[in-house]
Amino acid sequence: MIRRLVRYLDQRSGTAPLLRRALRYVFPDHWSFLLGEIALYCFVILVATGIYLTLFFDPSTAKTVYHGSYAPLHGVTVSQAYRSAVDLSFHTKAGLLMRQTHHWAADVFLVAIVLHLMRVFFTGAFRKPRDLVWYVGVAMLMLAILEGFLGYSIVDDLLSGMGLAIAYSVVMSLPVVGANIALLLWGSPFPGTSGFESRMYIAHVFVFPVLLVILITVHILSIAARHHTQFPGRGKTEGHVVGTPTFPGYVPRTLGLAFGVAAVLFLLGGLVQINPIWQWGPFETAQATNGAQPDWYLGWLIGGLRLMPGFDVSVGQYTLVPNPFWGGALFPLVVFAFLFAWPTIESRVTGDTDFHNLLDRPRDAPWRTAVGAAVFSWVAIVFFAGASDRVFVWLKISYSGQIWFFRGAAFVAPVVVFLFVRELCEELREGPQGSQGRVRIVEK
Amino acid sequence: MIDRLIAFLVLLFARGKRRRTEPLDRLVPEAPAQRPWELVAAALLFLAMLSAAAFVPIYAIDSLGHIQTQLLGLSLGLAFAFVAAACVVFAKRLVPQETVVEPYPAPETEHEQERLGELVAESGDGLTRKRLLKFAGAGAGAALGAALLTPAASLGPFIDVAQLRKTAWRRGVRLVDDFGDPIPAKRVHVGSFLTAYPEGADHDALGSPLVVVRLRIQDLQLPEARAGWAPGGIVAYSKICTHAGCAIALYRAPLFEPTSSRPALVCPCHYSTFDPAAGGKVLFGPAGRNLPQLPLEIDGEGNLHAAGTFSGPPGPSWWGVRFR
Repeated sequence: MIRRLVRYLDQRSGTAPLLRRALRYVFPDHWSFLLGEIALYCFVILVATGIYLTLFFDPSTAKTVYHGSYAPLHGVTVSQAYRSAVDLSFHTKAGLLMRQTHHWAADVFLVAIVLHLMRVFFTGAFRKPRDLVWYVGVAMLMLAILEGFLGYSIVDDLLSGMGLAIAYSVVMSLPVVGANIALLLWGSPFPGTSGFESRMYIAHVFVFPVLLVILITVHILSIAARHHTQFPGRGKTEGHVVGTPTFPGYVPRTLGLAFGVAAVLFLLGGLVQINPIWQWGPFETAQATNGAQPDWYLGWLIGGLRLMPGFDVSVGQYTLVPNPFWGGALFPLVVFAFLFAWPTIESRVTGDTDFHNLLDRPRDAPWRTAVGAAVFSWVAIVFFAGASDRVFVWLKISYSGQIWFFRGAAFVAPVVVFLFVRELCEELREGPQGSQGRVRIVEK
Repeated sequence: MIDRLIAFLVLLFARGKRRRTEPLDRLVPEAPAQRPWELVAAALLFLAMLSAAAFVPIYAIDSLGHIQTQLLGLSLGLAFAFVAAACVVFAKRLVPQETVVEPYPAPETEHEQERLGELVAESGDGLTRKRLLKFAGAGAGAALGAALLTPAASLGPFIDVAQLRKTAWRRGVRLVDDFGDPIPAKRVHVGSFLTAYPEGADHDALGSPLVVVRLRIQDLQLPEARAGWAPGGIVAYSKICTHAGCAIALYRAPLFEPTSSRPALVCPCHYSTFDPAAGGKVLFGPAGRNLPQLPLEIDGEGNLHAAGTFSGPPGPSWWGVRFR
């Protein structure tokens, strides 16, 4: 049977040699190499559950009066988008499961991407010949954050609207052309024309997913073209890769991971409530709720907006750069610029333009590890500042006191972390498990 | 020397793992029979089947009510978990365990690079006016690009930023509540908090919603130019934060005067805090300019109406907006 199928395919496409090579492609083994795969499988679940949701969701801002099964909303004027999202949660069987799984998958997707990015950074996997893979990956992180934001914005609940109001003011704050861009995107001053909902919707269900699919394909193909990196070890050299072949060894492993990811996401989607939009209510410009938190991957931006001292750059009576620009636009731009520029910075500073197939252990590149940890701690401080209102509610620590603390920490922590991590790396290298203690074969 | 050592290691490594006993023509090493593990895998797949099969009745039985979602998730999640476990048994116990050594692809193919360069160079050999053609090509490309981008201008009236300043508030416009009813001044008490809109206008426009509070007249510290703006101590401000456009949904009203902080209007998004007694001055937080104030009057029927328009543009700022 298999042989006949292969013959059929080969006679019509000549792909048998390619397939055979693919089946014997070598995957080096390390748990941290699975983070990217987790992100990939989350994406698959996102597409599958997302398609299901589009069959019921109605992306329209037309007003309607709610008379569904959720009594507290009876008689409330809501948009079709909001009503259909509530209805697909309460009336459509398995709808709530799919919606919550979709939302959880988005959150886990970004966790996996960020951890994967850190793994690649701290092991130096981004170096030539894989810097292109790195750029594509960082671009996908940006897309994924925007895609997630669009996803919970199209529902038109109160949190959606608050997030969009903030996004609008960040776009407005862009120097010189901010107001023009905002009017282009929204079609009119906030909350925008009815066309704005359609624009978000097509971007969320088509444009961004297609872009992500293209970039994922480029990402994977360009890894396969240069093969995976590996940690140094017995037989693992710059010239030879050691690991498990796709078939028969790796396929059940990766399928196990795929089904495991699906299991976790559907269990979360079924058992752990997320984004109960019927409790938030529909968005109105004049409404906002206290203690609102965005999905976790936007926490660093809300933190950036909160930490900025209150000033607009102004000349006389005219505003030039409004405040949201710093925390909402410049801060993420700086972080992403750092990520995009790092492979170049590192090869310039170290003068290392060689090909690298062997990974560094983080301790073996103290300078890179320390810089990475410093930048990460900087972003983490701002991220935590985004949750300071919750900390106030839980622990009764003064909100303004926290803001001043985080403002200071954003400057101090990166320096301290840099010095500490560099020292830690040096200490580890001298310890019994240091680089001298390991077999490391370098091939000329 | 190291090369040979590696070659030796690689051979030794690969040999030991792959070709110990099996005949030469095998591609994959023979896996020893693992009958108990086959049973385990079969059992796991069977459990997955049961779990997944339960999905259908759970879906069909409506009387499950509020726990239907949880049971659906449990059944699907467990089914996936059992399949995942079966895959792991396959991977670790049932398929041949092999470690393969393979050379990395050559870092580059210099010869091909040169040939490619030559290919392009030789193809253009016959051209005598390269610069002219480059300019012509660039011009055509730029013009075509501009033409193709032009329809994007239909997305919004992006030149006319003056409309961002528009509000429905002008002298004589009555304040109404959520239901469209006028607001008598006596409905506004010290310590309470009211949202109001311009009568007959779109409630959702950024320039519409107001927050209305009453302060004791002796507590007011309005700028001199706004002396008559607060009849009976009632002040009205734009409800949209000048920082990031959220609604000013919190009012910090003093509960016990000797120890309480002064009254403040607070935005719950980034906690910009404004002083209603002092003309909406920023007390704390990231807002860069004061909250626009609306002058009020009380008409003959005792209802509140606007005595003019806002003291500044409501909502978030943009490049070049005049804020006073």
